[in-house]
Amino acid sequence: MNIFIEYSLFIFFLPLAAFLINIFFGKRLPRQGDWVSIGAVLFTLALSMAMFAGMIFSYDPDFQVESSFTWINLGDFNIQLGFLVDNITITMLLVVALISSMSHIFSIKYMAGDPLYSRYYAYLSLFTFSMNGIVLSNNLMLLYMSWELVGLSSYLLIGFWFAKKSAADAGMKAFLTNRVGDIGFFIGIMLLFTAVGSVVYSDIFTSVADGNLAGTLLTMAGIGLFIGAMGKSSQFPLHIWLPDAMEGPTPVSALMHAATMVAAGVFMMVRLFPIMTPDALVFVAYIGGFTALFASTIAITQNDIKKVLAYSTVSQLGFMIMSVGTGAYVAAFFHLVTHAAFKANLFYGSGSVIHAMHHALHKKNDHETDPQDMRNMGGFKSRMPTTYRAMLVSTLAIAGVPFFSGFLSKDAILSGSLSFANHHPEHFLLPIFGFSAALLTAFYMFRLMYMTFHNEPRMPELIEEIHESPKEMTFPLVLLATLSFFIFYTLPYFNPFSDQGWFTYVIEAKTSLVHGAPSAHAIAEGIHHSHLPAMIISVLVAGLGFFLAWQMYLKRKLSAERYANKFSTLHRLSLNKFYVDELYARFIYTPVLKLADKIAFLDWDLYDKYVVDGFGKFTEWFADLIGKVDYDGLDQGIVDGTGRTANRLGDILRNLQTGRLQNYILFALFGVILIVIVQTMV
Amino acid sequence: MDQLQNYLFIAAALFSLGLFAVITRRNAVAVLMGVELILNSANVNFLAFSRFGGMNFNGHVFALFVIIMAAVEAAVALAIIINLYNNYQSINVDEASQLKR
Repeated sequence: MNIFIEYSLFIFFLPLAAFLINIFFGKRLPRQGDWVSIGAVLFTLALSMAMFAGMIFSYDPDFQVESSFTWINLGDFNIQLGFLVDNITITMLLVVALISSMSHIFSIKYMAGDPLYSRYYAYLSLFTFSMNGIVLSNNLMLLYMSWELVGLSSYLLIGFWFAKKSAADAGMKAFLTNRVGDIGFFIGIMLLFTAVGSVVYSDIFTSVADGNLAGTLLTMAGIGLFIGAMGKSSQFPLHIWLPDAMEGPTPVSALMHAATMVAAGVFMMVRLFPIMTPDALVFVAYIGGFTALFASTIAITQNDIKKVLAYSTVSQLGFMIMSVGTGAYVAAFFHLVTHAAFKANLFYGSGSVIHAMHHALHKKNDHETDPQDMRNMGGFKSRMPTTYRAMLVSTLAIAGVPFFSGFLSKDAILSGSLSFANHHPEHFLLPIFGFSAALLTAFYMFRLMYMTFHNEPRMPELIEEIHESPKEMTFPLVLLATLSFFIFYTLPYFNPFSDQGWFTYVIEAKTSLVHGAPSAHAIAEGIHHSHLPAMIISVLVAGLGFFLAWQMYLKRKLSAERYANKFSTLHRLSLNKFYVDELYARFIYTPVLKLADKIAFLDWDLYDKYVVDGFGKFTEWFADLIGKVDYDGLDQGIVDGTGRTANRLGDILRNLQTGRLQNYILFALFGVILIVIVQTMV
Repeated sequence: MDQLQNYLFIAAALFSLGLFAVITRRNAVAVLMGVELILNSANVNFLAFSRFGGMNFNGHVFALFVIIMAAVEAAVALAIIINLYNNYQSINVDEASQLKR
């Protein structure tokens, strides 16, 4: 067996083993079994690194190994499961293993003392296992199974503090919203399966390349699959679960926002990009672009530190999805990787801040103040220097400042959208969405930084109690902040303004297999041409966003309150997340619940009462009838009757047995005479 | 006078008398005697057919067999009667009806 497949098997099954051990025996193990999960994930990290090193050494864009086995074989109905390991897989595995390891380590202190500590680690392992399944799968079936497992583990982790109603509700919301997307996803899979007769990617790709599968059917299948990605990657209008998912423990948020849950949708789109028709891609691009702008307009007014980051994730995912839609899917994957590092870091940073706030409030016996509200923070810079510096680096990265990783990937995405609009002027809105979102990104991120770390403390009595977090928590921060620098993505080159490097070399854009789609070369050419204008505009808008935040929240030259009052309608809309949840409640939940009530009435009061109960009553009556026939007719008439007849007959016949010998002789004589008479007469 | 029917009439009469004795007598010995009569009526028939039918000496031989058998039967029957008497202190056949009860 290929060494890569062997490693993949370990990477796939180790977290599963850790999950099983911890869920069953975790409580009885020393340290509640956290070392089992951490050990498993560190081992997968080591294996991922080994695979990554192998990829870098071979440096082959076409590297690919695949291995399958037949899972279900029913004649024509044949389902294969297996692994596909190529450069995308290996890169993603490393990202997942790295972020997941950081989450595991961060959680040692963050979750210390939780009554369900071992179960928490079991769930983390399950989460890692499921995501690895998505990354490694070479077919839609294993992808779908892992997809659902990711949904399940996110439900378990978001609702981890299930005693809190809001957390339990958030878990349910995440799960149900994902179900909506999963229906589309499943329809897409079934369309492809019925058309191709196989769920393996390569078979589907061949079928599309041969032109056997094309046109509206393929577009529908692509949109179906994308709806699944909309659910998982929280694209508008299915984005509502992600901000609520902040109810989960912060390391889980980091894991979910960076590497596992939301990355799944983008990763799937990158994987299946070759079968996306241009029509489907336009849909994808608009959903992504709109989400990027929409979410960032919400993020600028939120006051909860984690909510800002949550909407920022939605917005960044919108970027990626838009990039897939414009054909620059390698840029999307690039942004997925760079975003994983800096967004995880931002979450760990916020976790560190919240941890510190929490402890400070605890010392002061203050249980009223919200430890996540940025309006209670300020001036933490000197108290938490490591957290501050790490978060600053990641903020620069996410805002798209040169020399940081986010600049390269965001720039590639914006070039892609600009080039797409160049070729299709009717889609001029896409780059506008992109650049506006980039402006707002810089604005809300610096707003977050200034409100949290700069200025004088808003709660001066608290500041004395704010301390830097322990090493287990700052270590991931430092590591991931380091990974936010451009250099790790452009080696062996040192040009901070170009994304040329190992990444763009090993992950080569492949031309879509759909007939009539633009070639990868043409797309790359277009991106190259719009690279410079895109870079200039993106630096300008990022600078503008930074400047506005600086003026409003650090210098206080521009009053945020004044602008809020001036555009009070817009401000209220943004603060209340454009009332999407309320709209859903008004137009979906309430009518559905009403309908459910009506149906319940039909079911309980009409169907159950009359049809079901009626059946029972009829059966009872019928059984009575049958019983009567049986007892009174059969038993008493025929069965007992036979006995009675035999009895009576015996009574009569026994009189013949007189006991007198001579009588018998006489009877015999009569008999003989009778026989003789009969004989003579015949 | 010397005709087959006459012998058959006599045999029939003997048979009827024997049967009558068997059916009506209460005394077991009398019943036995009735049986002897029946057997002898059969003998008469044999001999008559031996003389007038084509049976030749076969009839005589059969008659001899019947006489021997009658003697044996008498011995067995008398043994039964003695046992009957031992059990019931009577040789009235009507009283030997234990099977009915």
